Amino acid sequence: MQVRLNGELREIPDGLTVAGLLAHLGVKAPRVAVEVNETVVTKDRYEAQRIGPGDTVEIVAFVGGG
Amino acid sequence: MADGWSIGKYAFESRLLVGTGKYADFPTMQRALAASGAEVVTVAVRRLDLSKKGDESLLAWIPKGMRLLPNTAACFTADEAVRTARLGRELDMGDLVKLEVIGDRRTLFPDVEGLLQAARILVKEGFTVLPYTNDDPVTAKKLEDAGCAAVMPLGAPIGSGLGIRNPYNLRIVMESVKIPVLVDAGVGSASDAAVAMELGAVAVLMNTAIAEARDPVLMAEAMRAAVEAGRKSHLAGRIPMKLHASASSPMTGLIGS
Repeated sequence: MQVRLNGELREIPDGLTVAGLLAHLGVKAPRVAVEVNETVVTKDRYEAQRIGPGDTVEIVAFVGGG
Repeated sequence: MADGWSIGKYAFESRLLVGTGKYADFPTMQRALAASGAEVVTVAVRRLDLSKKGDESLLAWIPKGMRLLPNTAACFTADEAVRTARLGRELDMGDLVKLEVIGDRRTLFPDVEGLLQAARILVKEGFTVLPYTNDDPVTAKKLEDAGCAAVMPLGAPIGSGLGIRNPYNLRIVMESVKIPVLVDAGVGSASDAAVAMELGAVAVLMNTAIAEARDPVLMAEAMRAAVEAGRKSHLAGRIPMKLHASASSPMTGLIGS
C-alpha cells in the first residue's frame, strides 16, 4: 500500500502496525516519535495502531537547535 | 551565594540556557555545553532521515543531567507548532516547550497572533510553555494571561549577534509580568549577556553566539562568567549615571598646596 512517509509517497507492506513500520524501516523506536494523520501515536500504542492506505506518517527525532 | 530560580515546577541554579544547533561537530558541542554550566539545552524536532542508517544521535552527545527543552523552531503556524510540541513531548517525555511561531523568514520575528493561539492550546494540554516573543510588553502580558510559565523576548533577531537592541522595552516587559523573563536570541558577545542580566532578566538563552564563535568552548566559559557577573551586578545595584566627574581620591591634602 502507498502512504505519505515524511513527506514522500512510499510503498510499504499492507497492514503494518506502527511498530511493524519502524522495524520494516530499521528505525530504533526509543529515539523517535511518530505521528499518523497529524495525531501523535504514543509508544504504548505502537503495537496496536495499524497504518492504512493513504495515511500520512511522520517519523521525527531530536536534532541540534536553538 | 545561593541564587536559584524556577520555571513552573522546575528549579535551576544556572541562568544560562544554551542551544545545540550550528556546531561544527558533536565533540565540540559536548565540550561547549559542559563549559557553559547550563542546566537546560534546547533541541529541535525534525523528520528522521530515513535514507541514513545508524545515524549518530544528538542525544548521545548532550552531557548527562542536562534538561532538554524541545523547541518548535521554523513553525509558521500555530497548528504546526502545536503538533511539533506534542512530538517533542513524546520524544522527551517532559512537558517543557520553547514555543516559536515564526511570522517572517527574513527576520524570524514571531507571529504573535499564532504564538498566543498555540500557547493557549499547549497550556491547556499541560505543557510548561516558554514562548519566544517580541520585546513587546503587551504581548508578554497576554502570554502571561494565557498561562505561560515564562516569557522570552528577543534581544535582537535570532542568530544576528546584534546584542540587546531595545533595553528599555525589555525593562518594561520585566515590569509588566510576574512570570520569569528570559532574554532569548540576539546575544553576540559576553557583554551582551551581561547587559541582559543587568537589566533584570532571570536568565539568558543563546545558541549561535557560542556555537559559531571561533572557539566555542572558550566562548561558553565567557558567557557563563558574563551571565553570573551581570546577575551579581543587577543584584548589587548600579550607581546612578552622572554627567560630570565625581573624584574617587580626596581633593584636599595634596602636596604643595
